[in-house]
Amino acid sequence: MAKDDHIIQEITTKEYEHGWVANLESESAPKGLSEEIVRFISQRKSEPEWLLEWRLKAYRHWLTMEEPKWPNVTYPAINYQDIIYYSAPKKKASPKSLDEIDPELLKTFEKLGISLTEQKRLTGIAVDAVLDSVSVATTFKEKLGELGIIFCSFSEAVHEHPDLVKKYLGSVVPATDNYFAALNSAVFSDGSFCYIPAGVRCPMELSTYFRINAANTGQFERTLIVAEEGSYVSYLEGCTAPMRDENQLHAAVVEIYAMKNAEVKYSTVQNWYPGNKEGVGGIYNFVTKRGLCAGDHSKISWTQVETGSAITWKYPSCVLKGDYSVGEFYSVAVTNNFQQADTGTKMIHLGKHTKSRIVSKGISAGKSQNSYRGQVHIHKRAVNARNFSQCDSLLLGDKCGAHTFPYIDVENDSARVEHEATTSKIGEDQIFYCQQRGIDEEAAVALIVNGYAKEVLNQLPMEFAVEAQKLLALTLEGSVG
Amino acid sequence: MLKIQNLHAQIEDKPILNGINLTVNAGEVHAIMGPNGSGKSTLAATLSGREEYTVTDGTVEFMGKNLLEMAPEERAREGVFLAFQYPVEIPGVSTINFMKTALNQIRTHRGEAPLDAVAFLKLMKEKMKLVEIDQSLLNRSLNEGFSGGEKKRNEIFQMAMLEPRLAILDETDSGLDIDALRIVANGVNALRSKNNAIIVVTHYQRLLDYIVPDFVHVLYKGRIVKSGTKELALELEEKGYDWIKAGLATV
Repeated sequence: MAKDDHIIQEITTKEYEHGWVANLESESAPKGLSEEIVRFISQRKSEPEWLLEWRLKAYRHWLTMEEPKWPNVTYPAINYQDIIYYSAPKKKASPKSLDEIDPELLKTFEKLGISLTEQKRLTGIAVDAVLDSVSVATTFKEKLGELGIIFCSFSEAVHEHPDLVKKYLGSVVPATDNYFAALNSAVFSDGSFCYIPAGVRCPMELSTYFRINAANTGQFERTLIVAEEGSYVSYLEGCTAPMRDENQLHAAVVEIYAMKNAEVKYSTVQNWYPGNKEGVGGIYNFVTKRGLCAGDHSKISWTQVETGSAITWKYPSCVLKGDYSVGEFYSVAVTNNFQQADTGTKMIHLGKHTKSRIVSKGISAGKSQNSYRGQVHIHKRAVNARNFSQCDSLLLGDKCGAHTFPYIDVENDSARVEHEATTSKIGEDQIFYCQQRGIDEEAAVALIVNGYAKEVLNQLPMEFAVEAQKLLALTLEGSVG
Repeated sequence: MLKIQNLHAQIEDKPILNGINLTVNAGEVHAIMGPNGSGKSTLAATLSGREEYTVTDGTVEFMGKNLLEMAPEERAREGVFLAFQYPVEIPGVSTINFMKTALNQIRTHRGEAPLDAVAFLKLMKEKMKLVEIDQSLLNRSLNEGFSGGEKKRNEIFQMAMLEPRLAILDETDSGLDIDALRIVANGVNALRSKNNAIIVVTHYQRLLDYIVPDFVHVLYKGRIVKSGTKELALELEEKGYDWIKAGLATV
């Protein structure tokens, strides 16, 4: 392996000598991944040397790794040399009005109750609204700045707050953590950075919605959230509107670092393009999300509503290092048609009196496959650790699958670990009961599914929860009968 | 209001209803009685549009429209209500939420605006009194962990909320103690009016002491074999169904 590395390095350095620099003005990198590409990205973003080194280390390690085969998903082999790893924000001809947008998409927007301005923003129509959204973002930023909160794009943070980024980048998800995290570390394009100073309670939900540099950063996104002692922040990621993206492979990384008495709530609604009804197309969403409860009495809570993507591979986890720290994971994962999801969490109990709670609600319809995969690890020094896990599966129809893979490792006798699991089907009786009260079949399914997922949806911030409910109904439209 | 003519229905390949004729007018209460397996629940299910039951012959007219052509939810929106013998549990969905969804779909069907939260709550409070039901029960998941009596009371509460033209009570008395029976019956009686009609499906005369019917029909082997007034129910109570069966056998 070392020899390979050496050879690769040698070749790549050589090519580099031949002047990749000359190409620096180009909009995009050519297809494929190599050390030059990593250098190219770093250079395009005028990054400091240490970050380039960090990327290269990740890249070199990635070369030694193999794509994980253990998830309960199948897909054709990904050709990593057939992907463009860097392209500048596109200035291609954008549609001029909503008349030019796919009417199906507009119908979906309407059902989700998305405002016209927002619809235009999502479909990339160049209007004044875009300017509005920037100015709104700026206003928020000023307000946050008064409290010492930093919330900006990752690139900006690298330049404006290099010490913080350097200190915490990779502290929770090391560059070499896993195959996709290593890939992300090597080539990440942009993302968000969030820093909450000690004792500050962030007065608003921080949302990627207000991120200015959002364009074209979705593919290899990187988020870093640092919560200092006694601080609090609620962070929202994603969008309930169906996000289309020509990039099939998405490998994002999210890191959360929570100090003593800090609390971070991270909510996601993921609705990437799932492919068509025949299972063609769709996003591969391979995400690494991890939070470190570094300080005593810290708390990290993940809430996710996963409805999109052809394949979801995602395990938002908590490392409970501080004594009395708390980790939570609330998840609704819906799969329809040919979607596949392998999602769950890891709760690693290291500190004393640490507590974790897992509530996972899988919903499978069509010919989809939905797996819960979770690990609860109680380390031997984690005295009096407690975990409660509940994993429920709901099946719609008889061609889909639901699977549960719980792993429990307990090294300390004082631990209390509880696991409950159920599998149920939406009964014809339930649907008929609703129909007999005047509720049509689709509304009935939505009602039943939302009831089933209520415990998780309740964890979401109010407006998000309402949208998520509509989204669940939309995702399952036409899946019964 | 309801006109059933020569109705034949089967489940899978087994004929259950073999030519039902029944006319129900507004303001009337009809009791359908009969031994086990005579087709009482099948009649209720067929009228409400349960998919497993196939109509093989006959017609059903409701408010001048062909009922059999309508989907179950359309029938409900047109004003057909079924109080279930075994109300279904829906976890995570409160009765309040369930009723709000149902009522608003029905209102939309009628071209009315959905009720706002305040108006809905007011309506609910009013109807809760009718069946002496507590709001804490309505906040809980629909029918989940309810006692037998609570489930049946909840059915009548829903009937009160939706104000159907035609309510079919399918063995609403089964599993009720005498107090619960009285409460449920009082609720139903309070909802009787000259504009609506009720079909009470029951085994026993007991319920009819409280909900006094205008007409009583005896169902046997998928046909109405005897019709009369409330005295017929008393006679059945006294003599049992064998009296009817014997009468038919000699014919």
